[in-house]
Amino acid sequence: MLKDITLGQYFPGKSPVHLLDPRTKLIMLVVYIVALFLAVSWISYAVMFAFLVIAIAVSRIPLKSIVKGMKPLVFILVFTGILNIFFTTGEKELVSFWGIHIYWEGIVRAFFMMIRILMLITGTFLLTYTTSPIALTDGLESLLGPLKVLRLPVHELAMMMCIALRFIPTLIEETDKIMSAQKARGADFESGNLLERVKALVPILVPLFISAFRRADELATAMECRCYHGGDGRTKMKLLRYKGRDYGTYGLGILLLAGVIVLRSFGL
Amino acid sequence: MSNAISVEHLAYTYPGVDDTPGVAVFEDMNLTIEEGSFVAVLGGNGCGKSTLAKHFNSILLPCGGKVYVCGMDTSDEEKLISIRRRVGMVFQNPDNQIVANVVEEDVAFGPENLGVASPVIRQRVDAALQQVGMYDYREHAPHLLSGGQKQRIAIAGIIAMQPKCIVLDEPTAMLDPRGRKEVMDTILTLNREKGITVVLITHHMDEAAKAQRVVVMSKGKVAADGTPKEVFSQVELLHSIRLAAPETVELSNELNKYGFHLSLENLEVEECAQALYDAVKA
Repeated sequence: MLKDITLGQYFPGKSPVHLLDPRTKLIMLVVYIVALFLAVSWISYAVMFAFLVIAIAVSRIPLKSIVKGMKPLVFILVFTGILNIFFTTGEKELVSFWGIHIYWEGIVRAFFMMIRILMLITGTFLLTYTTSPIALTDGLESLLGPLKVLRLPVHELAMMMCIALRFIPTLIEETDKIMSAQKARGADFESGNLLERVKALVPILVPLFISAFRRADELATAMECRCYHGGDGRTKMKLLRYKGRDYGTYGLGILLLAGVIVLRSFGL
Repeated sequence: MSNAISVEHLAYTYPGVDDTPGVAVFEDMNLTIEEGSFVAVLGGNGCGKSTLAKHFNSILLPCGGKVYVCGMDTSDEEKLISIRRRVGMVFQNPDNQIVANVVEEDVAFGPENLGVASPVIRQRVDAALQQVGMYDYREHAPHLLSGGQKQRIAIAGIIAMQPKCIVLDEPTAMLDPRGRKEVMDTILTLNREKGITVVLITHHMDEAAKAQRVVVMSKGKVAADGTPKEVFSQVELLHSIRLAAPETVELSNELNKYGFHLSLENLEVEECAQALYDAVKA
């Protein structure tokens, strides 16, 4: 059950998207999100959508995994949709009942909002599916590098993120194990009201936390044994170096952003 | 031969919490480990095996006495990194010592910390993965591998630092028989072909029997020290500190109580069977 969580999981591969520099992908995601919020019309949305579809096709990420990762977010999507349908006012009234008025504009807006969120999330998935967490952290570390001058612990933050990501599957497996162990001794997680269910989680959380602390302690020792002594004097096996395809991607990004801005200025 | 590690009059007490007195593990421990040797350390729970191992690379510092690694004093803070790169450590739980999400990135972690140049790290990582037979898995996620494979990755992570000595703290305790064999074969190859000094802390007598030298510890002292044959033939001593000899020796020992005269130095199953066959035939 818990193993179905795919959020933030990496699919190893050798597609052009996989091979891009993580910095390129991070900046492109930001560019994409900015463009998404600047897009106002069917045409610009279609352009954004086409861009995303092509990126997914090139990355050879199975569509199934993207859809699967989307499942936990259905609630947010539906919620946003309903909010926009009910609370947008406009001119073309379609239905009205019990003092609630539903306008054509509301439906259009709800549709756009949902598509926007869907594309935003898919774009983020594309980043995390095609970039190994370590590459992602390297990219972030490198992009945030200048902030070291302000005494921001950039390397430490990157390391923490990397380890947190590494231990997610391990801890999920452990949670599954603890749950099975508690079930075997008669624990009931599926019945009762909300309060009872929350209470039933305590016997899972306590051992999980204890084991997480024990793991952290052992990991710290193991890291010390491997000469970890902070970011000073550390080198990298894989140096980040921009290649032709990265400049090309940046070019595409600028083109996309410019296109959306131009369309916007024409009111499209 | 020179000594890779020498422990001289080591005393260590775990500090107590608040006002409770600490737990004294060692009072006067002495041990030397020769360069290039394969030493197995045996002992019951709480005899100080793991504590001793942690002294070999400055994770713990002696309260009294000295520990030298390749001639360097472990309590010398300036030598910390040079000591740790010479003595690598592999722990029991493979999950808790893998740092990265991709096998090769994890193996690169040690050399990266040492500040090795990028192209050299690449070479070392590839070489280390080939040595443990995990090169084909270099781009896999560690949590999808078996226990034995994970432990070999952990070993590769140590080899990539090019240590003189590897200390393994019960590396096979959490593995199935197949994983145990994989790890043991890797350790043996490293010792024989690369001349790396191996200190293997273990509960398994059959693993210890593969070493050149066996050190048995009890209550913070060395209780027996010698070749596997010398140590395991002292069955009474082993029993007195709640350890068992390898099954072959136990069998011979039991049979001797009923009038047989079998040698207690037959550690291998085939050897023992042959001796038994000869005895029964006579």
